[in-house]
Amino acid sequence: MAMTIHVDVVSAEESIFSGLAEFVVLPGEAGELGIMPGHMPLMTRIKPGAVRVKLPDNKEELIFVAGGLLEVQPGLVTVLADTAIRGADLDQAKALDAKQKAEEALNNRSSELDYARAQVELAEAIAQLAAIDRLRKGNH
Amino acid sequence: MAGSKEIRTKIKSVQNTRKITKAMEMVAASKMRKAQERMRAARPYSEKIRRLAANLSQALITDYRHPFLVKSANVKRIGLIVVTTDKGLCGGLNTNILRQAMNVMRQWEGEGATEIRVTAIGNKGLGFMQRLGAKVVSHVTQMGDTPHLEKLIGPIKVMIDAYQAGELDEVHIAYTRFINTMKQEPVIEPLLPLTGERLGTPEGSWDYLYEPDAQTVIDDLLIRYVEALIYQSVAENMASEQSARMVAMKAATDNAGSVIKELQLVYNKARQAAITKEISEIVGGAAAIAG
Repeated sequence: MAMTIHVDVVSAEESIFSGLAEFVVLPGEAGELGIMPGHMPLMTRIKPGAVRVKLPDNKEELIFVAGGLLEVQPGLVTVLADTAIRGADLDQAKALDAKQKAEEALNNRSSELDYARAQVELAEAIAQLAAIDRLRKGNH
Repeated sequence: MAGSKEIRTKIKSVQNTRKITKAMEMVAASKMRKAQERMRAARPYSEKIRRLAANLSQALITDYRHPFLVKSANVKRIGLIVVTTDKGLCGGLNTNILRQAMNVMRQWEGEGATEIRVTAIGNKGLGFMQRLGAKVVSHVTQMGDTPHLEKLIGPIKVMIDAYQAGELDEVHIAYTRFINTMKQEPVIEPLLPLTGERLGTPEGSWDYLYEPDAQTVIDDLLIRYVEALIYQSVAENMASEQSARMVAMKAATDNAGSVIKELQLVYNKARQAAITKEISEIVGGAAAIAG
């Protein structure tokens, strides 16, 4: 039987692939990477592209990833796939967008933390919940 | 028959309310199952990335100390990420977490914190923090039923960037942890710097080859780890939301049932009284004619 290596492809939202393989091809940052069993421990970023997993039964699994990180240990390949295309400037744009929205909202606020008002608000909500609770108990 | 028509209308309206709450209960129950699945689906990623981060933080080759791993001695400026729901009608879920968030913010101020920045995830927390007058540096709302990392990246980055730039000494996250269908627990956990507790102990040290270099890879990994932690919190919060809503709507349905029963009783009594009155009038009238 041919040598195999355990391959896991996971993203933050789900586990995409997990199983044994003879050979894996990945789009590494410095070029295509071919990982065979017994590869040296390696950590690198991967580019958006296809991950090809050659299964022991001569079939092939093709997985598209939007970039991410790759970890290789002698018997184990882990691909931490991104769920979205990432890039420093893309992320920066998202952050700026978020900041701007927040600043707009900030413009009409008072400077001191208004604990007293917030507390009254919370106390009211809690009192309502307690009242509902009492009503329920009274009815049963 | 005074008021009997009003009572009938009232019964009808409570019955309609019960139909709605019953429907909401069932919708929440099915959404809860899906939310729980998603919560579990996210676990392998955070588990793997945690193991990697633990290995890396202990790896011998790194004389490079990432800011995420360095504790600052003097904690004056704190960031807080508050995870709440977008919609209401889920019992005391948001109230509980916001109360805790407020208490901890007050405690920090009492301990001499000079600045507290807030990132609000979810409409309820955003509204509350704005009314409180907290410095909301970023927010995200309308996430729907599935949490998407893509929507979270921007708002989170505002906080992480501030931490990396040395503008914040610590970042905490407040969310409702999902324990089971009946029990959800509001928690506030430290997020940055990454503590040994978060990372766990490394399982032997691997001397990796890094491409292009160790620093870039570690930077990328740690940012993804923090994002994964936040994503996990949001996923848990959503599962908590659905189960809290299911329980709240079940209670509302039961309440509507008992209200209907009571109203029915009042209605029957009123009807009975009216009939008795009519009979006694007839009897009285007949007696007057006979006499």
